[in-house]
Amino acid sequence: MRILFFVLSAFITGVLIFALNTSWKIGGVNSPLFGAFLSPQHGFWQNAESTSEDFTADLKFEQLSGKVTVYFDERLVPHVFAEQENDALFVQGYLHAKFRLWQMELQVFAASGRASEILGEKGLAHDREFRRLGMVYAAEIAEKEMEKDPLTKSACDAYTAGVNAYVNSLTESTLPLEYKLIGYKPEQWSNLKTMLFTKYISYDLSARDDDMEMTNAKGFFPPSDFAKLYPAIQDSLDPIIPKGQPFLPQSIFPVAPVSEDSAYMNKIVAAQETEKPDPGNGSNNWAVSGTKTKSGSPILCNDPHLGLNLPSLWFEIQISTPTFNVYGVSFPGAPYVIIGFNDSCAFGVTNGGRDVRDYYEIQFKDDTRKEYLFNGTYHATKFRVDSIKIKGKADFIDSVAYVQLGNDLCPVMFDKTYSGGRTTNNKNYAVRWTAHNPSNELKMFTLLDKSKNYSDYTAAVMNLHSPGQNCAFACKNGDIAIRTQGNWPAKWKGQGDFVMPGTDTSYLWQGMIPQDEVPYLYNPERGFISSANQKPVDESYPYYIGRNYPMYRGYEINKRLAAMSNITPQDMMALQTDNFNPVAAMLMPLFIKNINDASLSATEKKYADLLKNWNLRNDIGSKGATVFETLWTNLLDTVYDDEFAKAPLNTMRPFESTLAEGLLKDSAYQFLDDVNTASIETLSDELTSVFKKITPALEKAAAEGKLEWEKFKATHVDHLAKLPALSRRNLPIGGSAHNINATKENHGPSWRMVISLTAKTEAYGVYPGGQSGNPGSKFYDSFIDQWAGGKYYSLWMMTNDEAKDSRIKWTMRFSKS
Amino acid sequence: MKFIASLVLTALLSFTGCLFFPWWTIAIAAFVVAALIPQSAGKSFLTGFLALLLLWGGLSFWISSNNDHLLAHKVSVLFLKQDNPWILIIATAFIGAIVGGFSALTGSLLRKLKQA
Repeated sequence: MRILFFVLSAFITGVLIFALNTSWKIGGVNSPLFGAFLSPQHGFWQNAESTSEDFTADLKFEQLSGKVTVYFDERLVPHVFAEQENDALFVQGYLHAKFRLWQMELQVFAASGRASEILGEKGLAHDREFRRLGMVYAAEIAEKEMEKDPLTKSACDAYTAGVNAYVNSLTESTLPLEYKLIGYKPEQWSNLKTMLFTKYISYDLSARDDDMEMTNAKGFFPPSDFAKLYPAIQDSLDPIIPKGQPFLPQSIFPVAPVSEDSAYMNKIVAAQETEKPDPGNGSNNWAVSGTKTKSGSPILCNDPHLGLNLPSLWFEIQISTPTFNVYGVSFPGAPYVIIGFNDSCAFGVTNGGRDVRDYYEIQFKDDTRKEYLFNGTYHATKFRVDSIKIKGKADFIDSVAYVQLGNDLCPVMFDKTYSGGRTTNNKNYAVRWTAHNPSNELKMFTLLDKSKNYSDYTAAVMNLHSPGQNCAFACKNGDIAIRTQGNWPAKWKGQGDFVMPGTDTSYLWQGMIPQDEVPYLYNPERGFISSANQKPVDESYPYYIGRNYPMYRGYEINKRLAAMSNITPQDMMALQTDNFNPVAAMLMPLFIKNINDASLSATEKKYADLLKNWNLRNDIGSKGATVFETLWTNLLDTVYDDEFAKAPLNTMRPFESTLAEGLLKDSAYQFLDDVNTASIETLSDELTSVFKKITPALEKAAAEGKLEWEKFKATHVDHLAKLPALSRRNLPIGGSAHNINATKENHGPSWRMVISLTAKTEAYGVYPGGQSGNPGSKFYDSFIDQWAGGKYYSLWMMTNDEAKDSRIKWTMRFSKS
Repeated sequence: MKFIASLVLTALLSFTGCLFFPWWTIAIAAFVVAALIPQSAGKSFLTGFLALLLLWGGLSFWISSNNDHLLAHKVSVLFLKQDNPWILIIATAFIGAIVGGFSALTGSLLRKLKQA
């Protein structure tokens, strides 16, 4: 009997421990090992950081050559004081890892197509897409290029060693929360991972193209309609380089192939990428010269618009060594400060947004893909075989063909083995992307962080190849400048707007625009420079640079800056957070004239009245803004849906500015007419039909108390694993895509910065996140309310003799062991 | 007296063990203490159960209080679909307790088996 009791008890104990030490599938999600996860000495409780956590520490590492002291202020911003640059970067790596390790590794896993290792099979589509785009191939090329430069090589080595010093100090209980939740362990960092991270930024900012969608449009619409639906230039465009500014003489003369026009005919492709970078990945930056400011010194402003996530893409830091002193935001995953200021100048970037990724149709000899046709003969393909690890499943083996197109070895991203969402044809497309070219972007930041003047800045930014950016600059000596820097292919008119034949040399890129020939502006007479992702130049620029650019923010910023004088940093903050809607300002008079009250029901008229009385601002509390945004989105569909009804599934839709300018130019705009009816529809008819369409949704929002713009938009900053419990939802913030405050639902100003370059720099900044990536820390989301409220923090460029300042809360000392 | 001694010893051994070894060290601690200190099977179970209930409950409460329950709020929403740090603390304590209780019971029954 006793033995039975014993066995039974032992069995129950065993089962309990087994059950608590096993990952179960609950609701399709793998659970953590609940025993370890709940154990107060091992699991998530260990990540519940004390609100009075003491970050003070004394750390010794043999990799250091001197002393480094890190002063943390009350916002947990580290002020790193090092005797040597590489020691400072070691510590930057250590701090990035200490506060953001999980995010750093996740970004690299995403970049290199390793999501399936964490997510299981649902990550496979992403992984294949990224590997076939050649992300790892690009990072390997970048690593080789980086290693040629001793300065960046030693910087990367120091940074990597710093990250690994922290990784190696981790125990089961000190692992970041997400590793415990998902159930895996961090790997060692490497320079290749830093390169993968930079390629991830390249992907986010320069891998958006509409080539396939445009090809379908070109094949479907008659040429006259095509030209009207996708105009190459916008009337209201106020380019980055003001109209009339002379350009340097052209040094490369790309020649269009004779078969150019016929090559695209009837080439309907239905390919669709499984994912695309956000079209709103844009930004604002501007600088005003001392002639326009109250202090007489320049002010530089920058707010990069990116996906809003927790932990944030940015980590605030000051790095001070005997040779340089810089403050700003850095990328966890890479050394140096990316956007910020030093003792002499300030710098910030917006996305260049040009089309630097094109597709070439490849003809393989047969399905083995072993040979492809180029310039009349067959050439041997190179294969890159990827073994994709999948959590809980056998590896997936993907072999990607690489073909030599002129000087470039390009991956054949789409073929019979991979459709990427393709539904009909069996064509093969190689991808030519500037991120595959050798370049060393980190060299830009090592030089930029130390820049003292315009020529230092120019020399620094010339190292930027991918992703190309509009680099704004202002200096205490009074200089302001902007350079539209990047590795831009010199294209003939229309080149790369569509997929191109890849069977001979004629359609290949014929060269890159030399780095010193890019459009730039240095101390312009108007007293300011600015960019907001609009087309950088007008038609007088000798090279073709594509047609898809958002223009309204740039238009508004230039208008406002031109009218301003006696500017203070507070004026600039007000401008950065301004919710005025320039598209609405242009369109509303036309809408008011054409809304036909008689054709609307009482309910519909209620919303028409809200719109008519709207003040053209996407402010908090505005119901008119909700009506306008809903109306405008639906009008875009209603106007063009009939023309697109028979178009291939994946056909480019006209840009917003195309409809806006079409209507403004001609109130009997050709596409207003519904081609399916005998009558000729007018703007008035279309507005009536849109009001009828949107009223139920607006009624629903009103019933839920969500008609106010900020509630309707419901901006949220999501945890990177999309776990709602770790995200911030329904933030009270105004703005929309075309406002200077371009805050959308999950996208917007990821860092706002205003730097006044007076004798003692006056600096302000804020980002929607917090310094700690730990959801259990009070510093996890501590800046979000300040950001949503349009408020800034004063950025403190600490000096060595301020160690006793009351803002210093903790001190971390690093020395050689 | 044996009850108090067993309870304190189980908690202490669990705590120290878990500083160096995985979470299931608590099972070994409860098992060993129950096997060495003679008590009735029922009392042994209660000892192990209470020792871990107090240890895990106390530790998680103490950690969470110092954290203003910031993380417990989030994790409770994540797993329990309701914002209640207390349920999470109670769940933690109970999971530890049930493992502690059955381990102690097993230890006690083993001792009785050998005595027989």
